[in-house]
Amino acid sequence: MQSLKAEGVKEVFGIPGGANLPTYDAMVDADFRHVQVRHEQGGGHAAEGYAKASGRVGVAFATSGPGATNLVTAIADAMLDSVPTVFITGQVRTDLIGTDGFQEADILGATLPFVKHSFQVTDARQIPEYVHEAFHIASTGRPGPVLLDIPQDLSRADIDYAPRTEPVELPGYKPSTSGNIKQIRIAAKALANARRPILYSGGGVINGNASEELRELAASDRFPVTSTLMGLGAYPASGESWLGMLGMHGTVTANYAMDKADLIVAIGARFDDRITGKLDEFAPHAKVIHIDVDPAEISKNVGAHIPIVGDVKLVLPHLTREYRALQTDSSRLDDWWSQIRAWQQEHPLYYEPGKDGEIKPQFMIEALHRATKGDAIVTSDVGQHQMWTAQYYGFEKPRHWINSGGLGTMGFGLPSAVGAKVACPEETVVCVAGDGSLIMNIQELATCVTEEIPVKIFLMNNGYMGMVRQWQELFWDRRYSSVEMGASPDWVKLAEAFGATGLRCDNSADLEQTMVEALETDGPVLLDVRVAQEENCYPMIPPGQAARDMVEAPRAVR
Amino acid sequence: MEAGTPQAVKLEDLHLPGQLSGRKHILSILVENKPGVLARVAGLFSRRGFNIDTLAVGPTDDPSISRVTLTLDGAVHPIDQVTKQLHKLVNVLKIRDMGPEETVAREMALFKVSSAVENRAEIIQFADIFRAKIVDVARRTMTIEVTGSADKIEAFERMIRPHGLVEMVRTGEIAIARGSD
Repeated sequence: MQSLKAEGVKEVFGIPGGANLPTYDAMVDADFRHVQVRHEQGGGHAAEGYAKASGRVGVAFATSGPGATNLVTAIADAMLDSVPTVFITGQVRTDLIGTDGFQEADILGATLPFVKHSFQVTDARQIPEYVHEAFHIASTGRPGPVLLDIPQDLSRADIDYAPRTEPVELPGYKPSTSGNIKQIRIAAKALANARRPILYSGGGVINGNASEELRELAASDRFPVTSTLMGLGAYPASGESWLGMLGMHGTVTANYAMDKADLIVAIGARFDDRITGKLDEFAPHAKVIHIDVDPAEISKNVGAHIPIVGDVKLVLPHLTREYRALQTDSSRLDDWWSQIRAWQQEHPLYYEPGKDGEIKPQFMIEALHRATKGDAIVTSDVGQHQMWTAQYYGFEKPRHWINSGGLGTMGFGLPSAVGAKVACPEETVVCVAGDGSLIMNIQELATCVTEEIPVKIFLMNNGYMGMVRQWQELFWDRRYSSVEMGASPDWVKLAEAFGATGLRCDNSADLEQTMVEALETDGPVLLDVRVAQEENCYPMIPPGQAARDMVEAPRAVR
Repeated sequence: MEAGTPQAVKLEDLHLPGQLSGRKHILSILVENKPGVLARVAGLFSRRGFNIDTLAVGPTDDPSISRVTLTLDGAVHPIDQVTKQLHKLVNVLKIRDMGPEETVAREMALFKVSSAVENRAEIIQFADIFRAKIVDVARRTMTIEVTGSADKIEAFERMIRPHGLVEMVRTGEIAIARGSD
């Protein structure tokens, strides 16, 4: 407990059980807030939401066996999205390890593939040291989840705690930070010669708190900017050089620009398959500058002509300074911009407006933007509603868009909203949920009520697991298989049963007003928005195809 | 202008280095001697789809550090990516990609061969040529210990197989840099 306090921990999430009873006993006297969640997965995602919203390390506790295995999805999620998190699990007593004891599970073994690092405590005196190392590893370099597994008998042992005075030193862990200056100079000169450059920014810019630095670089010479799902908000959606998100459901302009670019500057991004589409047809004309704190990301999927290993927060200002020092002619970008403006004119985000009060899901997100003045921290689950939120909310600031990008975990939205609200109590925190996803972790509504965490849930209710339905419609001959939600609960009554406020809206004319009502109501609120059922999410790069094969929303003949 | 930075960087002059070396690589990896470290290394290889050809693990002169020596095919795997992924393991201290020219690499193998009286002399002769040792003789079999490069062991196997190879056990290569390096 003292070690956690020394790390500046103020809030943790978790559930007690047999093997972590000693820890929870110590919790009674510790002066930090323990948010008692209702399922360990929820606790894990809450820790992620906490970390993503605040940049501080998120902490979740679970007991041994099923408590620990329930955390596994959250740990894997934190790995794929590089979320600084520490997971502390109880383990059976030392003398029971390996005997298939009650509630024993080899959680260290189970999570090996998706932790940044993990520690098995074998001596109580290791605990303070391991806690400090865990926080150090979780929060530095490329952030990620660290697991600390503590057998019950060791967590109850009395040990002397001496506050740590020296920084953590690990012989096998030296994240490179500043970037090679020679490489940065070469990159600046390549940029100076590029006629069709594009900045491709990712979640690393958010994690690295380098939003300002990215904006500076973009402003140094009208460089067009696109971003991954995870990077939204690093560059403002209202910014002049903003092309929109790229990738499978990105804008046509962003994807065409990548396809035609002569120089891509990848910043804290990892060329995921949802970005590149068909890899061997990706950006055929482009040379690549790749800036990342994790050297293993460079040239993993797409070869980097100019690799720069370093913290984006340190590398970007260097690059901007080096670029500004060069004699450059901004007019060389004129043709590129007129091409981009033409694409934007021809291929804007588009949806067929709803008729007779029907609420189109895209309209719902636009209404949410107006109702929250574009200023809320927005979390989401995974699916169509997630993509529409990314497309239509228009994020202006970093750490305001919290979702599961890498692992794509349905049920992420509500618990991560819990974590975000705990981290940032002054901010409005809304969760855009899908009806397929929300029910996967709906138990956390009880956490919201009991712990007085007033998150506002905006349920995009279309009666389907919409993204799967869309794929079945488009790529599986409309053979719908297990995608209808059938007898979904009455969401309003469900919210009320939990002790929250339930609201419903099924008419576009009332939507914004009802949203404002939800936002102004005290305590947690669930607004069930009945949207058009079989709307598809466009534009879309069909799976396995190239960016230039993007399909747009069909338009009604006028 | 600082030395080493070109005056201008033209995009058409930028090229990608080749990813595949096309040869066998011996990676000598120093790891912390802690429980589960081998599982981390082996797990990394399996989940990234890297195929280990041989693997040998043993202590070093420092009891807190172990050495993992493994070989893999650089014609199939981008070695650069393999080493970068290995470096991400916190317990991995140092990785050395041992170049064939500046490395002494050795492997040991035990061959159990069926040896009827009439071909026993010939087998002993082979063993002599390969500077191998006969470490066990029974009524119907002989066991031979061979030490050398992987090539030598494979050559011995080819020679001995027609005589009736009962069983073969190989350690996988270990390696050390030549000279004072």
